[in-house]
Amino acid sequence: MTDLLIPLILTVIIILVYPLLSVYIVLVERKVLADFQARLGPMRVGPHGLLQPLADALKLVLKEDLIPKQADRAIFWIAPVIATFTALTAFSVLPFAPRVVVADVNVGLLFISAMGALSALGIILGGWASNSHYPLLGALRSSAQLVSYEVALSLALLAPVMAAESLSMVRIVEAQREQGVWFLFGNYGFMMVPFVIFMIASIAEIGRVPFDLPEAESELVAGFHTEFSGFRWALFMLGESANTFVVACVAVTLFLGGWLRPFANIAWLEIPLGYGVPVLLFAGIGIASIALALRLKSRPQKIGLIGLGALTTAFGLALAVPQVNVLVTPLFWFFLKTGVIIYGMIWLRGTLPRFRYDQLMDIGWKGLIPAGLVAILVNAILAAI
Amino acid sequence: MLDAIFFYAFALLAVAGAVLTVTRRNAVHSAIWLIVSLLGVAGLFLLAQAEFLFAVQIVLYVGGVMLLFLMVIMLVNLDRAKQERQFSQQWPAALALAAVAGFGLTVVFRKAGAVLPPMASPAEQGNTQWLSEVMFRQYLLPFELASVVLLVAMVGAVLMARKKAGT
Repeated sequence: MTDLLIPLILTVIIILVYPLLSVYIVLVERKVLADFQARLGPMRVGPHGLLQPLADALKLVLKEDLIPKQADRAIFWIAPVIATFTALTAFSVLPFAPRVVVADVNVGLLFISAMGALSALGIILGGWASNSHYPLLGALRSSAQLVSYEVALSLALLAPVMAAESLSMVRIVEAQREQGVWFLFGNYGFMMVPFVIFMIASIAEIGRVPFDLPEAESELVAGFHTEFSGFRWALFMLGESANTFVVACVAVTLFLGGWLRPFANIAWLEIPLGYGVPVLLFAGIGIASIALALRLKSRPQKIGLIGLGALTTAFGLALAVPQVNVLVTPLFWFFLKTGVIIYGMIWLRGTLPRFRYDQLMDIGWKGLIPAGLVAILVNAILAAI
Repeated sequence: MLDAIFFYAFALLAVAGAVLTVTRRNAVHSAIWLIVSLLGVAGLFLLAQAEFLFAVQIVLYVGGVMLLFLMVIMLVNLDRAKQERQFSQQWPAALALAAVAGFGLTVVFRKAGAVLPPMASPAEQGNTQWLSEVMFRQYLLPFELASVVLLVAMVGAVLMARKKAGT
């Protein structure tokens, strides 16, 4: 019974918590992009715009539900559902911490790429069902892009699989603990090549900037979701951000040691890295935000921020208790690394312009696939000796 | 019990999807039902504890082949074909063939169902490793030959699709 209970609870938590997390990832993205462009980003709703995502979500839910007259109703209805459903299903094999995984399937990695392939169907069908020119162009671009980059992505995934000798996500992390090295630095550092290929190909596969041709707003209005509004549009956005999160999680699991802390096999680092970093980080952030909040003028914002700061500090101090620490530290490291990867993706978005269509194809077929093949060959030889 | 329910659900998905694929008039709807059918087959693979085949079925057929199908269908204007009466006259032949195949399968299973070897118990190491052992050790030569044949076909397709030199 209990072995069924934990996955069930986890599933419910993921489905309930992820949408909230996702809207806040969007807020972080807006804030970070604003910072890159020397703006402030959302500031009006709540202290420093902290309640902006909730206001946005409320607005989207309350909007009128529009379906174009000429649209294919059934497919128009199911397309956003496919996009969200498949993206959230991929969460079920992600190991967030030891035993914090819904299902440790022994083809976990393949399962994630299968869900990635299915989620593109949502985009393509949505674009076609709108019965409108720009969405159709977006859908066509999306399918061409997906077919091109799927190959490079699978080639990049092979290197860590070869090193771990398993397709199970949990097993891959454990292999990194046993071999005492994150796979990013494995094979004398040569694994960095597949890592870079993986990041480029998966950013292309989920259609983020600089590979956002399916929704290129300067050419195609909004690409595949031009005709979608309100809650349906929100579902597309939720699926997209869930895909981003899943890609970051997969990168962390395959290349950055999953839930392991840095230098997981060096015992004396347990105190500074297992206890010191999380406690200091949370307590420091809490105290710093209290100090900043005291300078605010608006009274409700001041109280809100001080409360948040106190909560964060308390959480940080609680981490110093060994029983709590054992449970939370793996999660802490996992999400910290995931956050770093997501920050990197936002950084790319703030830095690079969109590729042209022919450049996209060149990068995929002439750059990434040959590089992926060579990387597999070299990594196989290095792993064998 | 649960296995039986899942089996019939996936089987229904596969068969109903296949029937709807050939009966829908709209090509995109046909493609979607084909995807449903393929997903049903993937589910059947999973029930037979062939989880590698399950994942590969989805990645290759749904993620690769069907995406290309959809792309081609969307590029071609099928609105006219939808309105005109289709003059496919292969229905009787197809039904007769299906009846013969169904009859054959029924006879085989009636007679041989008892003597078919029971499903091999899932190996300790799992389906993926077992498949790779068979493919890359036992049947290495046929496997490599098949890939060479595919490569030749691919090069041939590119050659035929390429415009004549100079134009």
